[in-house]
Amino acid sequence: MHAYMTRRTFLAKSSLVIAGTVLSSRIELFNATPVQAAAHTPFKPHAFLEIGADETITVWVGQTNLGQGSHTGIPMVIADELDADWKTVQVKMAPAAEPFKDPVWHVQTTGGSTSIRHRWDMLRQVGAAARQMLVEAAAEQWQMPAQKCTAKEGKVFHPDGSSLSYGQLTVAAGKRAVPDNPTLKAPQDYTIIGTPRERVDIPDKVMGKTVYGIDFSIDNMGVAVLARPPYYGATPESHDADAAMAVKGVVKVVELDNSIGVCAETTYAAMQGREALNITWSKGSHPELNDETLDAQYQEHLTKPGAVAQNEGDVETAFAAAGQTVAQSYKLPYLSHAQVEPINCTAHVEKDRCRIWAPTQGQTVFQMTAAKLTGLPMDKVEVMTLPAGGGFGLRAEHDPVVESVLLSKALGRPVKVIWSREDDFANDYFRPANHSRIEAGLDNSGKVVAWSHKLAVPSVMTRLMPQFVKEGVDPDAVSGVLDMAYSVPNKRVEYVMMDLPIRVGFWRSVGYSSNVFIVESFMDELAQAAGADPVQFRLDHLEKGSRPYNILVQLAERTGWGDPLPEGRGRGIAVTTCFESTAAHVAEVSVGPDGKIKVDKMHCGINCGTAVYPDGIRAQAEAGVIMGMSVAFHERVRFKDGGVYTANYDEYQILRMSEVPEIEVHILEDGMKAGGIGEPVVPSVAPSIANAIFAATGVRLRELPFDTNKLSEG
Amino acid sequence: MITLQINGIKKQVDVDSETPLLWVLRDNLGITSVKYTCGIAECGICTVLIDGEAVRSCAIPVKDVGASEVTTVEGLTENHPVKVAWIEKQVPQCGYCQPGIMLQTVDFLSRQPDPTDEQIDDAMDDVICRCGSHPRLKNAIKMAAEISSKQGG
Repeated sequence: MHAYMTRRTFLAKSSLVIAGTVLSSRIELFNATPVQAAAHTPFKPHAFLEIGADETITVWVGQTNLGQGSHTGIPMVIADELDADWKTVQVKMAPAAEPFKDPVWHVQTTGGSTSIRHRWDMLRQVGAAARQMLVEAAAEQWQMPAQKCTAKEGKVFHPDGSSLSYGQLTVAAGKRAVPDNPTLKAPQDYTIIGTPRERVDIPDKVMGKTVYGIDFSIDNMGVAVLARPPYYGATPESHDADAAMAVKGVVKVVELDNSIGVCAETTYAAMQGREALNITWSKGSHPELNDETLDAQYQEHLTKPGAVAQNEGDVETAFAAAGQTVAQSYKLPYLSHAQVEPINCTAHVEKDRCRIWAPTQGQTVFQMTAAKLTGLPMDKVEVMTLPAGGGFGLRAEHDPVVESVLLSKALGRPVKVIWSREDDFANDYFRPANHSRIEAGLDNSGKVVAWSHKLAVPSVMTRLMPQFVKEGVDPDAVSGVLDMAYSVPNKRVEYVMMDLPIRVGFWRSVGYSSNVFIVESFMDELAQAAGADPVQFRLDHLEKGSRPYNILVQLAERTGWGDPLPEGRGRGIAVTTCFESTAAHVAEVSVGPDGKIKVDKMHCGINCGTAVYPDGIRAQAEAGVIMGMSVAFHERVRFKDGGVYTANYDEYQILRMSEVPEIEVHILEDGMKAGGIGEPVVPSVAPSIANAIFAATGVRLRELPFDTNKLSEG
Repeated sequence: MITLQINGIKKQVDVDSETPLLWVLRDNLGITSVKYTCGIAECGICTVLIDGEAVRSCAIPVKDVGASEVTTVEGLTENHPVKVAWIEKQVPQCGYCQPGIMLQTVDFLSRQPDPTDEQIDDAMDDVICRCGSHPRLKNAIKMAAEISSKQGG
């Protein structure tokens, strides 16, 4: 047993604090219709589901549509157990409301690849309960036992072949009590789960009809941009509000805590007005902070003793007895989410209510923040979630709701706050940079007998969930290290918390996205030291039959691992288990004489238990490869003069079309409950490529993004 | 007053003539399929067609548009080969960048009706998709080219 909390556990516990009060831990099935009398159709057996007399089946989804496919996957699960006709299913975004809170975390939020995995039983029960009620309603009408009736594609069938449609049964079904324990299907009976379906939100996106947060508009709405400190700890020393007001369309300049808002009739006027403010900022609290001083600080922290996050066996004795020791250091930079739709939020604060429209990943956080700022009770704060142009974790941060609520209050009008791209880079909550040093001892048979790992990383959870940072250990910062699948009898992990002014936050795959690069690169180095094949070396340290063991075996077989490659080409592998799924990547690279690396092909193996929406999984797996490669080759936020230097995409390159290799996705189900997808498919990408580059060239790249000059230096 | 020709319809707007076309389309005319992303003509997401040519609307002042025909994604018919291919190949994830990329594709295919993979890479290397829809984008571009050639043939 590991003496640490998994991310899932600590988030589950932390949510009580996020929510402020202890909330009911279960969403009970309930039937809304008997209360409203029989005349009220549609049939609404649960907050997630209603069926109209016209056969329309509406599934209400409480998760943000970030393009991850949940708005198709969630309805597929419900519709399957319901035996619905998929063609009649429509999906609607639910408001922030109690029934849509995560049953594990007790907040409504979209993150941690939880949309389906935290609701796997619940979603199926909702569909199955409704199906049972419809079947019983038909059986009652036919005066026969329900067991003799069957349901298929939106109809209940009499044994004689006649049928009643779900629409025809809504009134009668609505009068019935919702069963507590409806019978769930056996996986072999699924008709929608695991089948090819088109994503429900794609046609509107292609036609240009989707209204994203930034596109939202209501009557009398003003648009605001804010001037925020360009350096950590800086304050405005002077500004020219009159010049801003002189810009045509600017209606008000509002000084907030440490920023100045310019409200206008249009976005462009607000931006021009902000320019005209001509603010003089103080130098800030850390004028010496830049890339070089940061690097030095990290390196210095790595020499300090850290908080002990894990200590198993007897590391000192094991090292003393080891036949060989290997020690290496790794560095990962700060990363921006760089989601394409800039941060935005629209708020309308009125006397007795407040409405929020935002592409948010944190519905409950937004609702609570607005309630606190307005003094209104939670039930008077309506949060409407709009489709988001990417998110990757950033959109759960409450900054834009604070700004839009305060400015709406000041203006007495609805206000849409928009961040410019430069605002977005400067005020992002970055994935923290991570410097790590690992030393391992191998015995004479090439088995790892000791592992000592020290990480210097700022803490995300100290800001967001301080109650789970115990004895100086941020459990997110060490995830992927503490719970790595490899069996090492003597292991010590130390965490050195970095205290820097740089804002850090959750970024797709969170701690795993950094630490898996380190662990999986180092495992390759150990395999090399042991003179072992990288796949075999990993298998030798994994439990036979475990998910990571199986996926390595399967992927090695499918990718021809071990088949000889021409000179200058190499294969690399990496694996991780997180968010209740296991993913592995095999990279095939070639390196030219000039040191130029080309990734020729990427294989992604993903075992998510049950693959609900296979094409959605494939899309996420392709996306994971591309984001992981972008991180491997390009992404790095730079700092200068005590502030963020990176300002726009010209200085923060995202992987481009010509760099995207052929990608083959291998969905490897094992029939367990559906696990996460969006996050597990990212962490093992970069290490698989670093390992492939080593195989091709003998050069080990231990820093992200890759410094390809090292390859031409040989 | 500035007169613009957008998707075949004349529109009049009262704006400062230096205002980028992007903001006139979005804020003054309510055509929000044209997306703000970088504001410096780096990402290509705000792309529109001006007389059939892909132009980054964040970087062109509205006064420079003149009497030219501006096309946004709404200006492509619902059964336009690009739209058909984008749905068939299930391209979008968040979808925010897609209208701009689709319009750049229309321009590209008008000049290169039967593109190779390398030509697609070249033509699409200056646009950003953060979600990583690239493999599907490439397939959709090829499919749109095929549909167009059949229709044209």
